[in-house]
Order: sequence, then structure tokens, then C-alpha cells
Amino acid sequence: MTHRSRQLRVSALARVEGEGALSVLVEDGQVRDAQLRIYEPPRFFEAFLRGRQHTEVTDITSRICGICPVAYQASAWLAIEDACGVSVSEPIAALRRLLYCGEWISSHALHIYLLHAPDFLGYPDVVALARDHRALVERGLRLKKAGNAILETVGGRAIHPVNSRVGGFYRAPSRAELAALAEQLRPALDDALATTGWVAGFDFPDLELEHDLLAASQPGRYAIEGGQVASAAGLAFPPQEFGDHVVEHQVPHSTALHATLDGRGYLTGPLARYTISSAALSPIARQAAAAAGLGAACRNPFRSIVVRAVEIVYAISEALRIIGEYERPDPAGLDVPPRAATGHGVSEAPRGLLYHRYQLAADGRIEAAAIVPPTSQNQAAIEADLRGVVAANLDLDDAALTALCERTIRNYDPCISCAAHFLDLRVEHR
Amino acid sequence: MSQPAAPRSAPGPAGPRAVVIGIGNPYRRDDGVGSALVAALERVRPPGVALTVADGEPSQLLDAWSGVPLAVVVDAVLCEVPAPGRIHRSALGPAGAGSPAGRGGGSTHGLGIPDAIRLARALDREPGQLVVFAVEAADIGFGPGLSPAVAACLPELTRVILAELG
Repeated sequence: MTHRSRQLRVSALARVEGEGALSVLVEDGQVRDAQLRIYEPPRFFEAFLRGRQHTEVTDITSRICGICPVAYQASAWLAIEDACGVSVSEPIAALRRLLYCGEWISSHALHIYLLHAPDFLGYPDVVALARDHRALVERGLRLKKAGNAILETVGGRAIHPVNSRVGGFYRAPSRAELAALAEQLRPALDDALATTGWVAGFDFPDLELEHDLLAASQPGRYAIEGGQVASAAGLAFPPQEFGDHVVEHQVPHSTALHATLDGRGYLTGPLARYTISSAALSPIARQAAAAAGLGAACRNPFRSIVVRAVEIVYAISEALRIIGEYERPDPAGLDVPPRAATGHGVSEAPRGLLYHRYQLAADGRIEAAAIVPPTSQNQAAIEADLRGVVAANLDLDDAALTALCERTIRNYDPCISCAAHFLDLRVEHR
Repeated sequence: MSQPAAPRSAPGPAGPRAVVIGIGNPYRRDDGVGSALVAALERVRPPGVALTVADGEPSQLLDAWSGVPLAVVVDAVLCEVPAPGRIHRSALGPAGAGSPAGRGGGSTHGLGIPDAIRLARALDREPGQLVVFAVEAADIGFGPGLSPAVAACLPELTRVILAELG
């Protein structure tokens, strides 16, 4: 039967998987505690990867996130190829970097235009922004579409790409296909530069992070699809030593694990990438950054929107460079025979460093898996930020303080499946 | 989440007269009812109708339905007093009549169908008419396959949507 019903609760649409809450304890005018509580149920990916073949892993891990599936594929294929002692050819590596550029463009455009910019311009959401600034929002949608075009051409589809695999690709695109893609990307570069100029004009609260910053690094390049690990304080280590430095631990108030770097809190993401690798940006991205007022480092989380815009410029210029130098890999993918070993991989998801580790049996079965996503690494730093923001703004009423806290959290583009205005702020005064 | 909104069937040289968009994740049980419906329609191949699946992300929906006279969206919903398999029909339009239910705002990570409708309206990228079929879900846990109650409603859902398409 078909009914016209008023029982629909759209806020309970099936994909809304969890929610977060912030609880703040204030005693005698001092913030004693601030907790970002993530209720999202544990997803047990590491557990159900056990027993699967090493060649199946990337199709499973891509399902962890619909916004950054390439990141979850990339760290996985790197770790498995590390375990099996296989290095892919330069043309395959370049094609992987191109695919990853698509994800950065698409994810950053979504975050800047649909989620983050309304905070700076005093709009409750992108719809209200679009009513007053239609051309701006259309520009954001064009950018996102340009990123999706890369994902579709190289990865087979925009979400959970199916053309990439351990060892490379099932099919490499032709030069003609990539030439058509380049035609779409050239106007997108203008949109990206305009975006950088636009967000650079926003007002940014003063805030300087003191945490160490951690990101993948590659000699002479802005790391995206792999690399070593480096910190702003000068730490440097290969992915194989990630577990010696980064330790995850449970906290009672969150289903996401917190992490420490050599016992201290730290941050991953655009600020970390930019601060560690800004010198390796392409000339056009460096110019855009300078014009936007960024120096060699950026430690103000509210300016992360500017860094994301610069990274879109970089990703498009890098995609055009890769297409211009493209050699169609032949074969498109390598065989990756299994062996009993453990492998490690890191790559730069749009919102930060993503580490994978797999222990393989001789026949390729996964015996153990570990995935350390950026949001859990950043959770402690987000909480520290929130404590500072609440402490500095206790005179605001609950509604205004909640809005400021949400804005603070959105600086980090956290990957938690939370409902709209997801903060249930509770300030407990004693 | 599922595949992007790329048309699966050839709509004809003049563009489609209608598009059916199945929304949801087939690996979350009943959330896959949208893609199951699209799969059922692919066997029928109604003429002039584009069939597509999407995850509900607004820019994909705008691309899928912009300039199309009729858009039919199928998704799963959870209701407070559940009646799994029950089908709800909501029509919006033409030209801005009616309003989407639910609040806007979206998560930190994405936006939902009501946001997509409001955004389309603000950008003048609505379809001529938009009809949303929401199917009450019993189970949105992990794994493929619909619950018996939702699987049982598929023939009726297919029938009413074919009637909608005319």
C-alpha cells in the first residue's frame, strides 16, 4: 500500500550512523574537562579483514569511507605490497597519485563550500549561502565535479573506486581519455584559484596550535599517495616504525581510539602537510598560498580552509602535470604473490595521515590488520582546542558557545558520521 | 554509501523524460532498497527513463535530476513506530510547491536528501517534479540482503513507481 504519511522523520534516514556530543565541566569559572564523545558504533573492519585474501583487502577497506575511499585503498595496497616485497612501476605510481588528486579535490571542495564556508559568512548552512551567493556555490559544485571526473576516469567510479587494486589497476586509461579529462580540469584550476582568494578574505579568530604536526613526506614533493612519516618538530621515520611512535589507547567516552606521538598529543591533516611540505608545492600553488597570506607554516586551525583551498590548486596542477607526462602503464597492474610477512603503509587522506598494517600468512590470508585513521589521531587535539575555545568564551550563552564549538570541530573536517548540528553541548557549572 | 549518480540506461537523444534514483548502501541491509528497486527496473527498462544509484550526496543528485521533467527518488527510512516494508510517497513540485520534510544542516561530512532539495531550489536546479518514495526499514545492520518485510514490498514498489512513470 502507498500512504501519504506525516510519520517520516528524515533526520533518521538510514545512513545516519551515529552522533557525537561535547560535554564540558566548568568549576569556579575554569574548564576542568572537555570531552568529544563519539557514539558511532565500532565497525570491526580490522576484525573482519582477518581470514580474507590479501588481494581482497582494498575493495573492503574502500568501504570504510564514502568521502575518502581512495585513501583507504592506498594505505592498504602500500602495506600489502610492502609485506610482499613488490614495488609498482613509476607509471602505475603516477596513476595512483592522479587518482588520489581527484579525491582531494572532491573532498576539499565538499568541505569548503558545503560545510565550512557558511561558518565564516554567518549562514546556517550551504542552502542559505546559495540563496544569496548562487555563483559561489555553483563554483564549489563544479570543483567537486572536476574531482569526481578524475575518480571516474581513473577509478571507474567516484565512490568506492573499482578499477584500482593491489599491484596497480585492472585497466589503465588511454591518453585520449586523460586528454579529455584535462580539458575538464583546466577551467577547474581557475575555479580553485578563485576559491583560494575568496576564503583568504574570511575573518579568522586568533589561535595557534602548539601540538606537534605529523604528516607523510616525500623528498621534493608534497606527499599524497605515500611516503615516509615526518613531524614538524623534526621526527622522521618509515611507515614500518609507525607503531613504535604512535600508540592508540581507549578512552571511556569515545568509540574512536585516541593516539599519542611518543607520548604526546599531535595533529595530522592540512596544517601538518602544509607546515611540513609547503616548499614542495607547485609554483602556482605556492603563489596562491602567498597571495592568500600563508607563510611557510600554518598553525591556526581556522585557516585550515585556506590550506585546503591551496591544496585544491595543487591537486589540480599536479593532476594536469601527471596527465601531461602520462605513460600508459603496461601492464596496468602487477601480480603480487603473497608471502608470510607484515607490511606497513601510510598515505595522506584529505583529513590527515592514514596508517595501515597487515600481517599475512604464506598463502596471503590476512592474519592481523591495524588501521589508524586521521580522525582518531586528531581527537585529543580537537578536545584540547575545544577546552581553549570554551575557556575563552564562557560569557557566551549555550547556543552561541555551541555554534563556536561546532565551528572549531569543523576546522578538522572530522570523519564521524554525525547528525546535523551534532553537538549536544552540556556545560556543567559547579 | 553506494555508487555515484551515473546513468545506467540510455535515456535517448532528447534526454530522459524521467530519472529514477535509488539511494542507499546495499551493504547495510534494508538501506539497499533503492539499489534493489533500480535493479528491478533495469529488467523492465522503461523507455526514456534514466536509472541510477547514488549515496544521497547533493551534488550528485543535482547532476542527476537537473533539467529532467520527473525525478523519482527511492530511499529507506526508519520510523518511530516501525512498519517495515511500508511505502511512503511524497511529491514536491512543480516549481517549488511543497517543501521537504526534515531539518537541514547535514553532518560534518555530508548532507541529506532534504538538503539536496533545498539546495536545488536555491540554485534553480530542481527537476520539473520530484517524487520521493521512502520505504520503512527493519534492519540497517551490516551486510547485503533485504529483510523479508522489505524484500516482500519490492514488487509493489516497482508497480507504483512504474505507474508514476506512466
